[in-house]
Amino acid sequence: MNQKSSAVKIASGDNSTAAFDVERIRADFPILKQKVYGHPLVYLDNGASAQKPRAVIDAMSRAYETYYSNVHRGVHWTSQRSTEAFEASRGKVARFLNAASDNEIVFARGATEAINLVAAAWGRNNLNAGEEVVISHMEHHSNIVPWQMLRQEKGIVLKVVPIDDDGNFLLDEYRKMLGPRTRLVAVTHVSNALGTVVPVKDVIRLAHAKGALVLLDGCQAVPHMAVDVRALDVDFYVFSGHKLYGPTGIGILWGREDLLNAMPPYQGGGDMISSVTFAKTTFKKAPHRFEAGTPAIVEAIGLGAAVDYVQAIGFDAISAHEHGVLQYATGKLSGVEGLRIIGTARDKAAIVSFVVDGIHAHDLGTIVDRAGVAVRVGHHCAQPVMERFGVAATARASFGLYNTRAEVDALTDALDEARRFFGR
Amino acid sequence: MRDELRDLYQEVILDHGRSPRNFRSLPNATCLAHGNNPICGDMLVVYLDLDKAGRIEDVAFQGQGCAISMASASMMTEVLKGKTLGEANKLFECFHDMCTRADFDPAKANGCDVDAMERLSMLSGVREFPIRVKCATLAWHTMQAAVKGEQEASTEGAP
Repeated sequence: MNQKSSAVKIASGDNSTAAFDVERIRADFPILKQKVYGHPLVYLDNGASAQKPRAVIDAMSRAYETYYSNVHRGVHWTSQRSTEAFEASRGKVARFLNAASDNEIVFARGATEAINLVAAAWGRNNLNAGEEVVISHMEHHSNIVPWQMLRQEKGIVLKVVPIDDDGNFLLDEYRKMLGPRTRLVAVTHVSNALGTVVPVKDVIRLAHAKGALVLLDGCQAVPHMAVDVRALDVDFYVFSGHKLYGPTGIGILWGREDLLNAMPPYQGGGDMISSVTFAKTTFKKAPHRFEAGTPAIVEAIGLGAAVDYVQAIGFDAISAHEHGVLQYATGKLSGVEGLRIIGTARDKAAIVSFVVDGIHAHDLGTIVDRAGVAVRVGHHCAQPVMERFGVAATARASFGLYNTRAEVDALTDALDEARRFFGR
Repeated sequence: MRDELRDLYQEVILDHGRSPRNFRSLPNATCLAHGNNPICGDMLVVYLDLDKAGRIEDVAFQGQGCAISMASASMMTEVLKGKTLGEANKLFECFHDMCTRADFDPAKANGCDVDAMERLSMLSGVREFPIRVKCATLAWHTMQAAVKGEQEASTEGAP
């Protein structure tokens, strides 16, 4: 440890509180025992995808090994069991978000598909040329491109809320952007590239005052904090399962039931119809209306197990632990010479993006990888953010509930090594 | 520091990365192309001046990227000067093999310019880092796109 970092006040061993035993949590994640190039795996790429606890892996194996079948079809035992487990997961997600009803939970492939679903089913039928969709400067590409495609198709107007040099969402600028033509505000809850927590309550209140709906991209929020869609009074909320310690290929669109039932289907096929004749087909209500074809059954069951897992620990404990790691990481990284943190908003989730003078993020990523440290390098699917801060790429450490201060030390040690290597 | 990293980031590479050669535009370039690596955001432009016989009179580049992509572009401009387009393509073929095949031997590679390959061999450490091969080949793909009259080269999908 260099002199600067030893000045950081929080002890690196101080990981656990009475409510949160991080070593016990770590034991739940088999992959964390893995060695990488002879070093313990230090997984700091949770923003891209989180690792899976034994409970999720086992729930999925158990489904395949003991009761797997297609859902909503068979009269046989396996189909009934699978349908029960699949629908039970829907219920778990509904309670996780404090939805008013299980019918408000639509299973999608991920947040990307969920946003595309809203753009296609709600946007195409409710937005007219000249009407406005408001996004922010720190959206993931998945909350930019679907609206640009709709702009191409419908002639809607896309407005972008600016951010300041710290990565704060500029609420006053946002307020000025809202007008009689604003129909939808689609913003991230937490920025994947900067860690900024957007003041979504104000965003929603101001949008509703103008009669606009609000969609929140919750991918980077749900792993870190409790989300209550009714307390937020939001209209659509989306997230991906794999960032919440669940499997890939499954994500959630939550929408107010009245909104969902007023939307036409997204895709046509089996399982979404009430009856089909060649003359006329009638559709089921939400959520099944939006779930054409065989869904990701076991993935949905795995997501249910992931939701159970984080809720058993509780977000008070998770947030407190992660906030401690974030503070520690911010302090330690600030002590690395030539390192600049990109994204220093007042309210942040456990994500730290940074650049180091004279060393490209890609080279940093390769060097720390050989020390067993996994960080994301690149533009994080948020190129407008990179442009805003005048960098082509950043390195990003994004923390999960199992990360420790010792792992932050492993990162900064590896960064010191990279600096020596590049003669910086 | 680990050996594979030493092999990848040799002093020569770091030097080319820090002070790339022929880092300029050619205002009257016969052809040019933009190269980009969409995964990591590397972007460069390769300019070529060709004489009537199709020999490379001058070659230069501009852009930004990691040490490997900058060093590779810089070294490419050094070895390509004076080469015919046929020789340039052959050299790329050899270079690509060198970056991807452990059993690569320039002496046995048919028709490779041995001197040029000797210089480019500084980049052979990239073999141990498959994900970085596209950094090393970006400038070469871009050069080839320029010669073919394509405006853009992307490493997306190409090794």
